[in-house]
Amino acid sequence: MVKLLELLGRNADFTLAELSAMLGKSEEEVEKEIAAYKEQGIIKGKKTIIDWGRVPDAEVRAIIELKVTPKPETGFDETAEIVMSYDNVESVYLAASSRYDLIALVKGSTIQEIAEFVSKRLSTLENVIGTATSFVLNTYKQDNAVFGGNEEEEEQRSMIL
Amino acid sequence: MDYSRLLNNKVQALKPSGIRRFFDIANEMDHVISLSIGEPDFTTPWHVRQEGIESLRRGKTWYSPNRGFAELRDQISNYYARRFNVEYNPETEILVSVGGSEAIDLCIRAVVQEGDEVLIPQPSFVCYEPMTIMADGKPVIIQTKAENQFRLTAAELEAAITPRTKLLILPFPNNPTGGVMRREHLEEIAKVIEKHDLLVLSDEIYGELTYGKERHVSFADIKNMRERTIVVSGFSKAYAMTGWRLGYALGPEPVITQMTKLHQYAIMSAPTMAQYAAIEALKHGDADIERMREEYDMRRRLIVDGFNKIGLSCFEPEGAFYCFPSIQASGKTSEQFCEELIYDQHVAIVPGTAFGDCGEGFARVSYSYSMKHIKEALERIERFINK
Repeated sequence: MVKLLELLGRNADFTLAELSAMLGKSEEEVEKEIAAYKEQGIIKGKKTIIDWGRVPDAEVRAIIELKVTPKPETGFDETAEIVMSYDNVESVYLAASSRYDLIALVKGSTIQEIAEFVSKRLSTLENVIGTATSFVLNTYKQDNAVFGGNEEEEEQRSMIL
Repeated sequence: MDYSRLLNNKVQALKPSGIRRFFDIANEMDHVISLSIGEPDFTTPWHVRQEGIESLRRGKTWYSPNRGFAELRDQISNYYARRFNVEYNPETEILVSVGGSEAIDLCIRAVVQEGDEVLIPQPSFVCYEPMTIMADGKPVIIQTKAENQFRLTAAELEAAITPRTKLLILPFPNNPTGGVMRREHLEEIAKVIEKHDLLVLSDEIYGELTYGKERHVSFADIKNMRERTIVVSGFSKAYAMTGWRLGYALGPEPVITQMTKLHQYAIMSAPTMAQYAAIEALKHGDADIERMREEYDMRRRLIVDGFNKIGLSCFEPEGAFYCFPSIQASGKTSEQFCEELIYDQHVAIVPGTAFGDCGEGFARVSYSYSMKHIKEALERIERFINK
């Protein structure tokens, strides 16, 4: 039931009663499905989406692309696992790109801190042959939430009849 | 200067729409949660908007043919056959109009003569009565009943017919109740229509938005009814294209020919840019309809469940994007209920009486809003009820 996942992905605050109403299923069924998704590792947890740009003295974020020499047997996994192990690395993706193989989203308290992390920790890894760092200047949209606009969405429709 | 002496008496006597009053109150308040608007909250799908933009870029800024572009009429013809199983000749039986509303007006004006009776089931959209009056017709209101989920029954129809009856308006899926007429209901109506030799204006603007097991059935798809039916529909509700102002009428050539004359003199042609966008919508928009329909369906379930839990009983609306809960448990009239609700909790809904006297005891609630918005409104309504 992908619809259940879509709803939860959109808003983790839906109650069981609301989910069961929307999906036309009993609360027990929905509860069971959620439990199964958790067990299968499909639902990994829930967190609050934060617009860090609005938080004073907030952390800096960067997108770091890594060119990696794949290893026989393990491919890119070994390097990915090392990159993943740093606490300041929020996400790691394997990309199908001709230029770079891994993409890491990294946070730090200053640009210097991230620059240092890249030069000392990532580019020195055995199989990493190149990096490109892009600092995030502004977030427009993340996890389907649009950032930066008015808090209350303004009604643009008019009452015509 | 005494303008009333100079203005048309019929126009002056038209009542303003009852939906407006509540919106005007809401407009003067802060932090109002409104569930009163009757148009999609989705924006037009991007690929459709792009075709509109592209038409401007290529300088397609002229009038279109009176009936609408041939390609659009071809696509409408394909679409109605594909989705609703009724075939129309794009050359002679299709007219592209400025929204479904224009097509309704054209149809009534093309058909109705002085003193002709037009049957209007209520609760229903507010335009049929004034348009009939302006065409010198006599509106005859059929008050449908809550116990029938506000469907029109053959007995109610039969009882309203006189020798002057000419046209039945059939507004299903229904605004404001969300009620639909299934095939078996329509077949009963068809027998009466045939017996009394009447025409039917089937307003199917919400035809894509049905949620039961059975999809919308066009009245023209009922046996022998195609020749007696003028179907009115459009792009506003199916493709979230309200602001583009584009609709159409489908019907027998003799009727469409007369409607086209009126359209030609009053409007000339529907907006060109909107027609290019609409061609794209019909060609590649089926998935958009489905995506929006599924979203409405989830909201519909959420809101109906919410009302029933609050203690305002609500029959299951199977079409459009409205539900029509009974507010009788509150002991108030519809007007009182809605007025107190807006002042007390800043929630705007529309009294059922705005759509006809038989809407008393009910309110129209639009669920064309985000789930977050709907949840907040339900919480406020619950607080109001428990006071």
